[in-house]
Amino acid sequence: MSDITKLSLNELIKNIRNKKLSSTEITNSFIERSEKSKKLNTYVTDNFSNALAAAKIFDEKPNMDLKLPGIPIAVKDLFCTNGVRTTAGSNILNNFIPPYESTVTQSMWDEGAILLGKLNCDEFAMGSSNETSFFGNVQNPIGENLVPGGSSGGSSAALAANLTPVTIGTDTGGSIRQPASFTGTVGLKPTYGSCSRYGIVAFASSLDQAGPMSQNVKDAALLLEVISKFDNKDSTSIDFKRNKYSSELTNNIKGLKIGIPNEYRVEGMPKEIEDLWKTGIEIIKDCGAEIVDISLPNTKYALPTYYIVAPAEASSNLARYDGVKYGFRSEGENLIDMYEKTRSEGFGEEVKRRILIGTYVLSSGYYDAYYLKAQKVRQLIKKDFDNVYNNVDAILTPSTPSSAFKIGEKTDDPVSMYLNDIFTVPVNLAGLPGISIPTGIDNKGFPLGLQIIGKPFDEQTILNIAYSMEEKINFKNDITDWWM
Amino acid sequence: MTIDLKTVKHISKLARISTDEKKANKLANDLNSIFKFIEALNELDTEKVEPLTSIADTKLRLREDKFEANNIRDKILKNSPDENKDYFVVPKVVE
Repeated sequence: MSDITKLSLNELIKNIRNKKLSSTEITNSFIERSEKSKKLNTYVTDNFSNALAAAKIFDEKPNMDLKLPGIPIAVKDLFCTNGVRTTAGSNILNNFIPPYESTVTQSMWDEGAILLGKLNCDEFAMGSSNETSFFGNVQNPIGENLVPGGSSGGSSAALAANLTPVTIGTDTGGSIRQPASFTGTVGLKPTYGSCSRYGIVAFASSLDQAGPMSQNVKDAALLLEVISKFDNKDSTSIDFKRNKYSSELTNNIKGLKIGIPNEYRVEGMPKEIEDLWKTGIEIIKDCGAEIVDISLPNTKYALPTYYIVAPAEASSNLARYDGVKYGFRSEGENLIDMYEKTRSEGFGEEVKRRILIGTYVLSSGYYDAYYLKAQKVRQLIKKDFDNVYNNVDAILTPSTPSSAFKIGEKTDDPVSMYLNDIFTVPVNLAGLPGISIPTGIDNKGFPLGLQIIGKPFDEQTILNIAYSMEEKINFKNDITDWWM
Repeated sequence: MTIDLKTVKHISKLARISTDEKKANKLANDLNSIFKFIEALNELDTEKVEPLTSIADTKLRLREDKFEANNIRDKILKNSPDENKDYFVVPKVVE
């Protein structure tokens, strides 16, 4: 078979089960292509030799009943992997080798998947372009010197470049859906509490969720089925009855009501995005679903709320990096001096900025004015969604306010970088599931995505809507292998 | 409101991040533009709104107090920046 790396996850599984391909052949193909794609800078740490050894073991005694039989998969470098370096894109974790495995990745290995390597990401997942990574920029395979989105930018680029058949990312404010949109791929953020946070390097604990990224909706459904499960090790994991996302996937969405929120028509939104949205609306109607105009009046307060809540939680979570037990240490004259130098040299500029914002909004005298205020507005944003979900089954919006931008274009202006997440952040604040699917291209030929937002725990409905739309959109990524 | 140099230095101290004059100036600029953006929230009357403290509507679960991780002591100590096979090592804290 000539183009193994172009096969979807479901196609690879079919070929393995039919014995047309072995795990070793597949793993070798992805490794070879990854080796030729170093220019994209997607891998922080590869696990190639271990992956080949694992593939050989699988092939000797293949268990075809597993959901991911012998499938090599690279993951975002935010998931702790037992014995394999985990950096979170940061200098402060440059040499950290976890003695334990994250629940989400363990679930994948338990179903027969093989770790191919750890993928680049914004430092501690703080960024929308993968430019804050200590390990450098990632190139978007769509075109030279374009960002792949972020924070799961190594994941989106590796996926779009066929260096991994699927991948997992994490999404705190859009970090799965925005890079998916920028690379013409599918990215799903599950309902808060669906996928365990155990073993994921924490950014903002009330917002972080892991989720699948894939070439198509069917692959996303299968991977979600593997990673979404109740876990005692995460105190916010929720024990609800999960669907069999892949086998229950259907393109019958007749009679569903899909909301179109007026407030997402933001000022200055390019006409191309508006047109893309209209196309999506027509496709939904074609599928037999009903379009309903809705209002989410507090939408414009979502980003300001996010930039209080997320840094506040980050400043607490990142307090653990003090150079004592693990990670980078800079020597100091005394203990306090060591802490201060370690954190100053170990963290990058964006991470420090957010730690300081968080420290400020939580500090004595400002807590009520900022943090408490943000928690109250977060309540209003959630209530907006609760209200509309009395009338609609899901919501359709653009995924991002633009297509992929040039490397360096927005690094000097934090606020303009933050605006990337304007359509994705409300979903995290309300704890909802959301999926971005590639829908079209802009006048530069760069992919654009649409986002479908669901009710809590109703991943199945958004997958079904995405699946129905995908059939009609028939999006094909135009990737030329320019980096080879 | 604006965040001045003194405030930046104060919060840097609280966050245990050392910062020099030049960096503090840059940070003050960045933080001011971010807080200008954040201050849109003041338009909203939230007097009677309950703060949302947890998105997952679940009670914290109790579990038996037992450990599951076995024999990872050496692996943990191996990650420690100052090499020592028995303890974590830090600069002298007691004179």
